Amino acid sequence: MSREDVLVTTQWAEENLNTSGVVFAEVDEDTTAYDGGHIRGAVRIDWKTELQDQVRRDFVDKAGFEALLSDKGIGNDDLVVLYGGNNNWFAAYAYWYFKLYGHDNVKLLDGGRKKWELDGRELTTDDTKRERTSYKAKEQDLQLRAFRDEVVDAINTKNLVDVRSPDEFSGKLLAPAHLPQEAAQRGGHIPSAVNVPWSKAANEDGTFKSAEELTELYREAGLDTSKSTIAYCRIGERSSHTWFALHELIGLDDVKNYDGSWTEYGSLVGVPIETGAK
Amino acid sequence: MSDGCGAPQQTATAADEDTNGQVVVAGTVTSSDGPLGGAYVRLLNADGEFAGEVQASPQGDFRFYAAAGDWTVRALHRTGNGEAAVTAGGPGVHQVAIAVS
Repeated sequence: MSREDVLVTTQWAEENLNTSGVVFAEVDEDTTAYDGGHIRGAVRIDWKTELQDQVRRDFVDKAGFEALLSDKGIGNDDLVVLYGGNNNWFAAYAYWYFKLYGHDNVKLLDGGRKKWELDGRELTTDDTKRERTSYKAKEQDLQLRAFRDEVVDAINTKNLVDVRSPDEFSGKLLAPAHLPQEAAQRGGHIPSAVNVPWSKAANEDGTFKSAEELTELYREAGLDTSKSTIAYCRIGERSSHTWFALHELIGLDDVKNYDGSWTEYGSLVGVPIETGAK
Repeated sequence: MSDGCGAPQQTATAADEDTNGQVVVAGTVTSSDGPLGGAYVRLLNADGEFAGEVQASPQGDFRFYAAAGDWTVRALHRTGNGEAAVTAGGPGVHQVAIAVS
């Protein structure tokens, strides 16, 4: 798989804003960003209210995903180009989520909203209207998604990549310090995990590093590429960014994202936890 | 459901604001025309490693919750980049201005 198969440049995006069969979608946790200005023609996907079940802690089910994409005017054959703020965290999460439900024709805008803005490209507050479709999703591809029991079994057997900041990894912080938010009961990391913060996979303009640079990064961190890999963070969005780097850019076959991540693992009764830096 | 990991809306920070024991690195991004809004401001540690990023408010304000130590704040904007060093001795507000050119 080449970079062009999974990423588009901002230049490509600008040249294809009106291309039939290409749908741009902005995915953010802060949906006011979209209201303040978005790429012309882009639809909005709300990470919290549209991709999560509003009662259980889980994703919307297959029927829910079909209804969502139909409402957004996304068809099964459309190329969906996802972008967002925070260096594409939530766009990468949505990318992984689209793959999970079998939508293969999806790419990320390299650098996301940040690169687009730094380039000085146009943002608009005009509404986007797309005709409703009848989207059909597939069953979730669980080759891409790890659950808690598999994560516990992976200790000392598979690669575990903790992509949070060093202070979250060591157990000093449960979440980025400035956010009053739901956190795990205990701090630390899953034993045998290596700590490669998500930010190391990105350049300062938000674009992904090259496959060669990424391969070197994870090799240096001690990742054994002959083994299966599970990435996690706090709630699964930063680890989607790393999942994208490992699975889509380096091209490792068996990489899962553990979306339960530390908010689940750090609250489980009886599981092993390590603290401290490595 | 969990909240996200993103930064809260950026607002101005007074030099004497009570930080509840936190080490706050805060300031304003400016250009030759005055305050510059919307720059991406990155907090880098003493080794130059990325520690956090926020988008400055329309008035150019940014704020990080850091730890004591030496930091660099680096602003990226479509009109140019800039950076500044700041030493945070301990809890309280440590102000730093970034000029973008």
